Amino acid sequence: MTLDLLTLITFLPMIGAGVVVVLPRKQKNLARYTALGFSLVVLVLTIYLLSQFLGGTCPPGNVPEAMQKAAAGGPFGFTCQHVAEFFPQLNAKWHVGIDGLSMSLVLLSAILTPLAILISFEVTDRVHEHMALFLFLEMGVIGLFISLDLLIFFIFWEIGLVPMYFLINYWGGKDRQYASTKFFIYTMAGSLGLLLSIQLIGVVAGTFDIPTLLATFPKGLNGAGQALSLPFAGDLNLIKGLMFLAFFFAFAVKVPIWPFHTWLPDAHTEAPTAGSMLLAGILLKLGAYGFVRFVVPLFPAEAQTFAPVLAFLAVAGIILGGLAAWGMNDFKRLVAYSSVNHMGFVVLGVAAFASVYNNIFTQAIANAADREIVLRSVSMATNGAILQMFTHGLSSAGMFLLVGALYHKAHTRDLTQFGGLFNLAPFYGGLLIFTSMASLGLPGMAGFVSEFQVIAGTWWIFPAYVAAAMVGLFLTGAYILKGIRAVLYGPTNDVWRGHHLEIEFREVLALTPLLVLILITGLWPNWIVQVINQTVTRLFGS
Amino acid sequence: MLLTAILVVPIAAALFMLVVLRDEQKTEVRLTAAFSAATCLVLSGLVYIEMNQPANLAAAATRAAQGLSYFVQQINIPWVPSLGISYHVGVDGVSAPMVLLTGLAALGGVLISWKIDDRPREFMAFFLLLVAGVYGVFVSLDTFLLFFWYEFAIFPMYFLIAGWGWKAIREYAAMKLTLYILVGSFFALIGLLVMYFVAGNFFAENPQNLAILRQALNNPTAPAYSFDFTHFEVAARWQTVGGGVGPFDLAGGGVSVARFWFPFVFIGFGVLAGMFPFHNWSPDGHVAAPTAVSMIHAGVLMKLGAYAALRLGVQLMPEGAKVHLPWIIILTTINVVYGAFIAYRQRDFKYVIGFSSVSHMGLVMMGIATMDAYGLTGAGLQMFSHGVMTALFFSCVGMVYDQAHTRDIPSLGGFGKKMPFVAFAFIVGGLVSMGMPGLSGFIAEFPIFMGLWAGPVFAQGAAAPLGLATQFFPTYNYYPIIAIISVLGIILTAGYVLRVVQLVFFGEFNEKRFPGITDVTVIDKTALVLLGVWLVVLGVYPQIMTGMLQSGMQPILTALKGG
Amino acid sequence: MNWFDANFLPWLIPLPPLIAFALIVLVLGRSRVLTHITAVGSAVISWFLSFAVVLRAFQVAELGKYSVGIFGSNVNDIFGISTGWLSNGGQSNAITGALNMGVAVDPLTAIMLFMVPLVIMLIIVFSIGYMYHDPRNARFFAYLCLFAAGMLTLVVADNLLMLFVGWEVMGLCSYLLIGFFYDAAPKSQVDRVAPFQAATKAFLTTRLADVIMMLGIAYLWASTGTLNFRDILFSQAALEQLASTPALGGFLGLSAAGFIGICLIIGTVGKSAQFPLHTWLPDAMKGPTPVSAMIHAAAMVSAGVYMIIRMYPVLAAGGNVHEGVLTAPMVFMAVIGSFTALFAATIAIAQNDIKKVLAYSTISQLGFMVAALGIGAYIPAFFHLITHAFFKGLLFLASGSVIHGMEHGHHVAHGHADHGHEAHAEHGHAEEHGHAAPAHAEHGHAEHGHGAHGHGSHAPTQWEHVFPDFNEGDFDPQDMRNMGGLIRTMPVTAVTFIIGGLALAGAPIITAGFWSKDEILAEAWYMMGKTPVGLLVLVSLALAATLTAIYTFRQIAMTFLGTPRTEAALYAQHYNKARGDGFAERSISITLTAPLIVLAVFALLFGFVGVNPSFPIVGPLMSSLGIEKPFVNYVKYSLLEIPEIPAFNLLPVLLSFAIFGVGVFAGWSLYVRRPVILGQADPVEGIVGKDTYRILQNKYYIDEFYARFFIQPFQWAAARYSEVVDRGLIDSVLHFVARTAGRIGDVVKEFNRVVIDGVGDGIPEAIGDAAKALRPLQTGRVQQYLLFALVAAIVVAVNLIIIAAVPQIIPVAALVQGGIVVLIVFLLGSGSASQPTGGSGNRPASEGDVQATSGD
Repeated sequence: MTLDLLTLITFLPMIGAGVVVVLPRKQKNLARYTALGFSLVVLVLTIYLLSQFLGGTCPPGNVPEAMQKAAAGGPFGFTCQHVAEFFPQLNAKWHVGIDGLSMSLVLLSAILTPLAILISFEVTDRVHEHMALFLFLEMGVIGLFISLDLLIFFIFWEIGLVPMYFLINYWGGKDRQYASTKFFIYTMAGSLGLLLSIQLIGVVAGTFDIPTLLATFPKGLNGAGQALSLPFAGDLNLIKGLMFLAFFFAFAVKVPIWPFHTWLPDAHTEAPTAGSMLLAGILLKLGAYGFVRFVVPLFPAEAQTFAPVLAFLAVAGIILGGLAAWGMNDFKRLVAYSSVNHMGFVVLGVAAFASVYNNIFTQAIANAADREIVLRSVSMATNGAILQMFTHGLSSAGMFLLVGALYHKAHTRDLTQFGGLFNLAPFYGGLLIFTSMASLGLPGMAGFVSEFQVIAGTWWIFPAYVAAAMVGLFLTGAYILKGIRAVLYGPTNDVWRGHHLEIEFREVLALTPLLVLILITGLWPNWIVQVINQTVTRLFGS
Repeated sequence: MLLTAILVVPIAAALFMLVVLRDEQKTEVRLTAAFSAATCLVLSGLVYIEMNQPANLAAAATRAAQGLSYFVQQINIPWVPSLGISYHVGVDGVSAPMVLLTGLAALGGVLISWKIDDRPREFMAFFLLLVAGVYGVFVSLDTFLLFFWYEFAIFPMYFLIAGWGWKAIREYAAMKLTLYILVGSFFALIGLLVMYFVAGNFFAENPQNLAILRQALNNPTAPAYSFDFTHFEVAARWQTVGGGVGPFDLAGGGVSVARFWFPFVFIGFGVLAGMFPFHNWSPDGHVAAPTAVSMIHAGVLMKLGAYAALRLGVQLMPEGAKVHLPWIIILTTINVVYGAFIAYRQRDFKYVIGFSSVSHMGLVMMGIATMDAYGLTGAGLQMFSHGVMTALFFSCVGMVYDQAHTRDIPSLGGFGKKMPFVAFAFIVGGLVSMGMPGLSGFIAEFPIFMGLWAGPVFAQGAAAPLGLATQFFPTYNYYPIIAIISVLGIILTAGYVLRVVQLVFFGEFNEKRFPGITDVTVIDKTALVLLGVWLVVLGVYPQIMTGMLQSGMQPILTALKGG
Repeated sequence: MNWFDANFLPWLIPLPPLIAFALIVLVLGRSRVLTHITAVGSAVISWFLSFAVVLRAFQVAELGKYSVGIFGSNVNDIFGISTGWLSNGGQSNAITGALNMGVAVDPLTAIMLFMVPLVIMLIIVFSIGYMYHDPRNARFFAYLCLFAAGMLTLVVADNLLMLFVGWEVMGLCSYLLIGFFYDAAPKSQVDRVAPFQAATKAFLTTRLADVIMMLGIAYLWASTGTLNFRDILFSQAALEQLASTPALGGFLGLSAAGFIGICLIIGTVGKSAQFPLHTWLPDAMKGPTPVSAMIHAAAMVSAGVYMIIRMYPVLAAGGNVHEGVLTAPMVFMAVIGSFTALFAATIAIAQNDIKKVLAYSTISQLGFMVAALGIGAYIPAFFHLITHAFFKGLLFLASGSVIHGMEHGHHVAHGHADHGHEAHAEHGHAEEHGHAAPAHAEHGHAEHGHGAHGHGSHAPTQWEHVFPDFNEGDFDPQDMRNMGGLIRTMPVTAVTFIIGGLALAGAPIITAGFWSKDEILAEAWYMMGKTPVGLLVLVSLALAATLTAIYTFRQIAMTFLGTPRTEAALYAQHYNKARGDGFAERSISITLTAPLIVLAVFALLFGFVGVNPSFPIVGPLMSSLGIEKPFVNYVKYSLLEIPEIPAFNLLPVLLSFAIFGVGVFAGWSLYVRRPVILGQADPVEGIVGKDTYRILQNKYYIDEFYARFFIQPFQWAAARYSEVVDRGLIDSVLHFVARTAGRIGDVVKEFNRVVIDGVGDGIPEAIGDAAKALRPLQTGRVQQYLLFALVAAIVVAVNLIIIAAVPQIIPVAALVQGGIVVLIVFLLGSGSASQPTGGSGNRPASEGDVQATSGD
C-alpha cells in the first residue's frame, strides 16, 4: 500500500509520541522540542494538504469501483480518499478522505496542537508523557475528522478521551480526579448508544463505509441497495428514531449541548492550560462535527422533527451559558461557560440545517415558494455553524491561554483578587482585551462573522429562537467585560505590586498565530469559508 | 509433530525437574522452566503461523465444505482400539489462537514467578504439567483424550493453589475450584458417553450408515464405536452427510439426545468458563492462586471451558444448541453485568480482576450463544484478548502485591510514581477491558454485539424439551435487548478500571506505609511486554487472527445452519 | 488599477488611521513625538484622500441620481467598487446571498466625508495639547486613531454589514476611551461612577441596542439576499416586497420593512443615546474631553443618525409622507425623537458640569434629527447632523480648553512657584483624572507625588480670604459654579465657545444651527396639517429649542461672564508669559485654540449652503452669489424618489425667531443680569421648585430605576444560576445515577456472597470436612484427589452400563444421579457447622480483613 498523505498526517503524531516517550528521562527540553517539531511537521503537511484541496489536485485515491458506485449521490464530496483493509469479517475498512468540513477542522487541530505543546513547556512533571499525550490526542482528533468508516470513526472518537483523561487526571488541579472521571464516564456513557447504533448499522447495512451509508441509509437501503432488514421484527421508523436519539445523545454530551454540559466547567477548570486549549479548541468540535456529518444526513426525517427541540436547547445553552459565565468569579470557569454559550450558536446553525435538510432530501424544497430564501438561509446557517467551530476554536484557545498565563504566575483565578493589573502587565492587558473582544464577537474579528452567519441564516427558520439568542449575545458582552474589568480595570490591587505578572515571550509566541488568524478570518473570512462553502453548497445541491 | 512436541516438552521438563534436579538448584529449575516454556511458545507460534497460512486456511475451508476433516497438523495413532480411543491431535482456526495464548501465558507465568523461593522445583514442575494439560485440551481431536487432559490439568492446579496460594483461603479456594470443575466435567462426561454409545449403536446397527461414515472420514477401517471427534462430527452433520435423521437427533425416551444432553455438556464445561451461577469458584481461585497460576487460570483455563463447550456442545449438538442457547444466553448476560457490578464494589485489588474475568467470560459465552458468524468470531477473539489481558492484569497485581503486601485498594496509591512500567501496563490492560477502541478488547466485543444485533441464524422458538423456548421466550429475536442490557457492562467496567487506576497508581504515595518500593525487574518487564504487545497489535491489525477464526468457526456455523 | 481612481480611493480613506493605530501600538508607542506625528499625519492623509474624493464627487452633477440603464439601475452613477467577502451557496450572489464588501460614495457619503475627517483631524490636533502631559498619551492616540478608522469605515461602507463593523469598532473604542483612566476611583461623593464603570455601561447599553439591530440586519439579508445599500434602497421591487410581506406572519401587525426598520432604529436609539437608552452618554463624560468631542460630535452618535438616514427608504417603505401616511418606524422615530429632545433639554438646564450640559444638549439635538426623520424631513435631518457636528465639536473642544485652563489655573493658584511647570500641569491632570497614586508610580513619574506635596504646603495667597478654600480632592474643574469671567483670561476659547453656543441656540441668520433647525421646524409645520404626529413634533421641538437657548445662555453666563468665582477661575489660562510659561505651554495653547477657530468658522458659515432662496433678504442675497441651497439639491439624489421640498413658509421662520428671542431673554434675565454666586441656589431652582429641580438634577432617577429593576435582578440570577441549576439540579441527577450504580453493586455483591456462595460453599465445606477426616496431615491431598477420581470412575462405569444396556432410561438415570450428587453435598454441607479456612474469599469486605489475611 502506498503511503497516503492523510494516513501519514494521522499517524505521524503517534510516531512522535512513541519517540518522545523513549527519549532519555533527563532530557526534558529535548522531549519538548521533539514534540513541538513533530506537531509542526504535521502542520506543514496539513497546509500542503490544504493547498492540494483548494487546488483540487488531491490524488483520486484507490477507492474500488463498487464503493464509488454505492456512494454515488451522497451529500458530501470527499477527496484525497484512501482505502485499505482493516477488519474484513465486519467489512470495515481503513477509509479516509476529506471534504470542506473535515479540512477546516483538521487544519484547526494541526494549528492548535503545536501551540498547546508550546504552552505546556511550563509543565515540569513527567514532561515526556505529557508531550506524548498531546501528540496522541492530535492523532485521535485528526483521525476522527478524516475517517470515512464508522468503525474507524468510533475508534478515534473514543481514543480521544484517553489522553485528555490522563492530562486532566495527572496534571490537573485539586479536584482533578472528580473532573476527569466525570468527563470520561459521562462521555463514554454518552457514546454507548452510539456504539450500539453503529453495530446495528453495520448489521443491517452490511457496511460501515460512511459515503455509502450517507448515500443509501436515509433511503432505508443497505450498502448493496436492498431494503434494510431490522431486528425487533423491525419497525423502521421506530428503530431509526432510537438510533437517531443515540447518535444525538453521544454528540450532545460532547458539544456540549445544554443540559449535558455540566462536565465541561469542571473539566476545564481542572485541566492544565494547554489541556483546556485543546479541550475547548478541538474536542468540543468533535460533537458538532458529528452532528453535521452524521446526525442530520443519516437521519434527515428524524432530525427535521427534532430540529425545534435542538434549536431550543441551543438557545438555552446560549442564554444560560452566558448567564452562568457572567455569574462566575473563577476566571477559568467563566471562560469555560463561555464555551457553552458559543457552541450554542453552532448547534443553532445545525438546527437550521436539520430543519431544512430533509426537505431538500425529499425534493420538497424544489417546489417550495420561498425556495431561494430558505436555501440561502440554510446554507448561510450551516456555513456559520462550521465556521463558528473554527473561530471558537481559535478564540477559546486564546482565552484559555491567557487565563492560564495569569494563573501560572498569580496562582489564583479568583477574579475578586485581581484589579487594575493593566498597570502591572500592560502587554498582557492589551492581549487580553484583544482576545476577549474576539471572543465577544466584535465585528472585524473571526467570531463575528460566524455568529452573524448563524443568526442571519437561522432567522428565516427559527425567528423566535434567534431573537432569544440575542439575549445570550448581550450576556456575552456582559461576562467578557466583567472579565476585563475584574482583571485589568479598577484601582490596582496592591497585593500584586512587585509580582511578575507580565506575559512571557513563549506565551506571546503561542498566542500570536491565534490572534493573526482571528484577525485575518474576521477581515477576510473567504479564505476558509470558501473551503467550507464548497461542501455546504454540495450539501444543499444549489 | 509440532503438537506432540508441544505436549512433550513441558511434561519432559517437569519430570526432569522432579527427578534430576534438587531443591537447592533453584536457578537451574527456573532456567529449565523458562527454557521449556519459551520452547513451547516458539512451537505454538509455529503452529499458529502454520495455521494462518492463507493456503492452509483455504484448504481447510474447502475440506470443511466437502465434509472432510479440516484440521491441520493431525496425528492419529490408535490407543485403545477396542473402545475406539486414539491419540488424535490437530488444530483448526479456533484452537490455534488458544495454543498461542497458552504459550504466552505459560512463559509469562514462568517469568513472573521467577522470584518464588518456596520449593520452586515443585512449583515449576506442577506449573509445567498444568501447561501441558491445557495444551492437551486444545489440541486433542479425540474426546476421550480431551477429557484426559482436562482432568490432567486440574490436579496440578489444585496443588499449586493449595501449596503456594494466599494462605488465608488457599485450601478452601483450591477445594472449591476442584470440586466445581469436577462436578461440571462429570455431567459433561455423562453427556459425552451418551453420545458415544448412541452414535456407536447408530453405526453398528446399520452397516450402510457405517459405510457412509467411513467414506466421510475417508478411513475404510473406522470403527462404529469411537471417541474420535471427527467421528462425532460426521454423526452431527448426518443430515448433510447421509441424509435422514442423525443419531443425536433420534428421539430417545421422548427427546433427542442433542436436545436433552446439550445443557449438561455445555453448562458442564461452562462451569469452568465461569458461567453464572457456577462462577463463584473462579474469583476465589484467582485470588488464592499465586500470580503465575492466576494468569494461567484466568487467562487460559477458563477458555478451556468455553472451548470445550463450543467444540463438544455447539458443534456436535447444533440441534440442542439452537434450542437451549436462547435461554442460556440470559445466564451469560447476567455474567456480564453481574460480574461488572461486583468488581465495581470490591476493595480487594485482585478480586476486582477476578470478577472482571467473570464479566468478560460472560461475553465469550454470549458470543458463542449468538450462534452467528459475527458473534462466534467475536467469541474467539475475546477468548484470546481476554486471556492475554487478564494475564497482564494479574501479573500487574502480583507485582504490586509482592512489594506492598496488601491488595486493599483504598490503602494503596501513587504506585504509578514508583513502578511506572507496571502502571502503564495495567492502564493498557484496563483500556482493553473497558473495550477501548484501538485495542483488542474492542475488536473482540464489537463483533459479539453485532452478533447479538444480527441474532441467531434461524427462526426462534423451535420446540424444545420442557417447552422452554416457546412458552417463556418471545417469538421475535430478543437478542438486541440482551445487547442493550449488557452494554452496561462496558460502562461499569470503565468505572471500576478508572477507580483502580486512580486509587492504586495515581494519587499520593504513602512513603511511611510502603517503604522501599522499587520499580520491577527486567524479567517482569519482559513478561509485561510479551503480553501487552498482543493487545495493541490485535487492536490495530485484527486481520492477524480474524481470518483464522472465521475459518475455524465456519464449520460450526454450517452445522448450526444445517439443521 | 489606478489607485487614484475615485472608485478605488475611498478604500484608502480608513487605512491611514488604522495603520497609525497598529504602528503606535506595536512600535512607536514609546516616543511621544513620533506618536503625535503618526496620529496627526494619518488624520491629515485621510483628510486629503477624502478631500480628493469629495472634490470629484462635487464635480459630478446629480451624483447618485437613479437612472435606468441597460442593466436596470445604472451602477456607474456613484463612486465605489466592491469585492466578494463571504461566499455562500453555489450560484450568483443575488440568489445565494453571498456578501460583498465595498465602498460607495453617494451624496450622503460625500457630505459625511466632507465633515468627518475634518473634525477628526481637528480633534486629534487638539488632543496633542490636551493630553500632552498624560503618561498614557500613546495609548490615547492609538485608540483615537482606531476610532477614526472605525468612523471612516462606517462612512465609506457600501453595505450595512461593513457599516456595522465600523459601528462596533467605534463601540469598542468608546469603551476603551471612556475607561481611559481605568484605575481611577469615583471622582467624588456626588458622582459615584468611576470611569471603568461608565465604560462598561456605555458598551453594554449600546450592545443591547446593537444585538437588536443585528436582528434587523439579519432579517434584511434573509428577505433580500443582500445588504448592499444600492441594491436594496434603489430597487423599487425589493422595497415593495419588504413593505408588503408581513413580518413573521404578521407579528405585531408589522410589515417586514416595519420590523427591520424598528430594529435598526433601536440600534440608533442605543448609539445616538435616545430615550430610553440615553443613560450611558452623560457618564461617558468620564473620558478625556477630546473623546467626548469625538463621540458626540464627529463620530459615534452621528453614526447612529447617519445609519437611519442611510436606511430611510426602508423605514419609509409602504408609507407616503406627502399624504401624511407614516409607517410604523417613522411614528416610532417621531415619538422617540421629540420626546428625547424635550426630555434631555429639561435635564440639561439643571446640570452644573460643563460637559454634562453639553452631553444632554447632544441627546436633545439628536432627538431633533430623529424626530425630523420621523416626519420624513430627510434632508433637514442630515443638514442638522452636519451643522450639529461642527458646532457641537466646537463646544466640546472649547469646554475642554476651559477645563484645561481651569486645572492650570487651579494648580497655579495652589501650586508652589519653584515646581517645574511640567509637574504642575501633570498634577493638574492627575486632579482631573484622579489617578490612583500607584498608577503614577507604575508609569514612573514622581512629579505627581511631588506636586501633591506642593499642595500640602502652599503659601497662602492674597486671595485666600476672598474665596472659600477648597478641599483639594473635591475641586472639580468641570463644575461651572467654580468658573465665571473666563472671557478675560481665555478670550479665544470664550469667543469660539459663544459662537458655538449661539449656533446651538439657533441664533438667526448668522449661525449654521439656525438654518438647519429652521428647516426641521419648517417641515414639522408642513406636516402638522397632514398628521397629528407633525403637531407633536412641532410642539415638542419648539419647546426643546427654547430650553436649548436658555441652558446655552446659562452655560455661557456661568462660564465666561460675570466675575471669577474661584481662584482657579481667576488664573484659568493655558499660557502666561508673565508666569514664566515656556514654549511647551505656548504650543499647547496653540493646539488647544487653533481647532476652535476653524470649527467656529464652519459653525457660522456652513448654514448658508441650505438657505432657501425665497427666504427674505438672505435668500436672494445667496442666490445672487449663486448659492441656490446646494445642500438640498445635492443630497436629494441619494434617494430613489426625490423628496418633495415644502414651499417656503414664513411662519415657522418667525417661530424660530421667537424661540430664540424667548430663550435669550430668559437666559439673560436669569443668569447674565444676576450672575450666579457660588453656593447660592440656581435661579431655575427657584422657578421650578426644589423637588422638581432635584429630580431634574438626578436625571429623573432613570439610572437608579434601571439598576433596581433590570441590572440587579439579572446579576442576582447570574450569581445563582450555576449553583442552583447546574450543580444543584443537573449534577445531582448525575451523582444520583452514579450512587445508584454503587448501591446496586453492593446489593449484587451481597447476593453473590449469601446466595451463590451459600449454596456453592456447601460443596467444598462438606467435602472439605470429609477430606479433613480422612487425610493424614502432610500428604493427604493426593489421596483426597484419588478419592474423588475413584468416585468419578465408579459413576462413569455405572453409566456406561446403563447406556449400553438400556438407553431408554438415560434421561431418568442422569436426573437421578444429579439429584443424588446434590443431595449428598447438602447433607454433608449442612452436617458440618465448621467454616472453611479463611471464609469465602470475597468476604474480606473491610480493610482490616484484607490486612489481617494478607500478611504473607
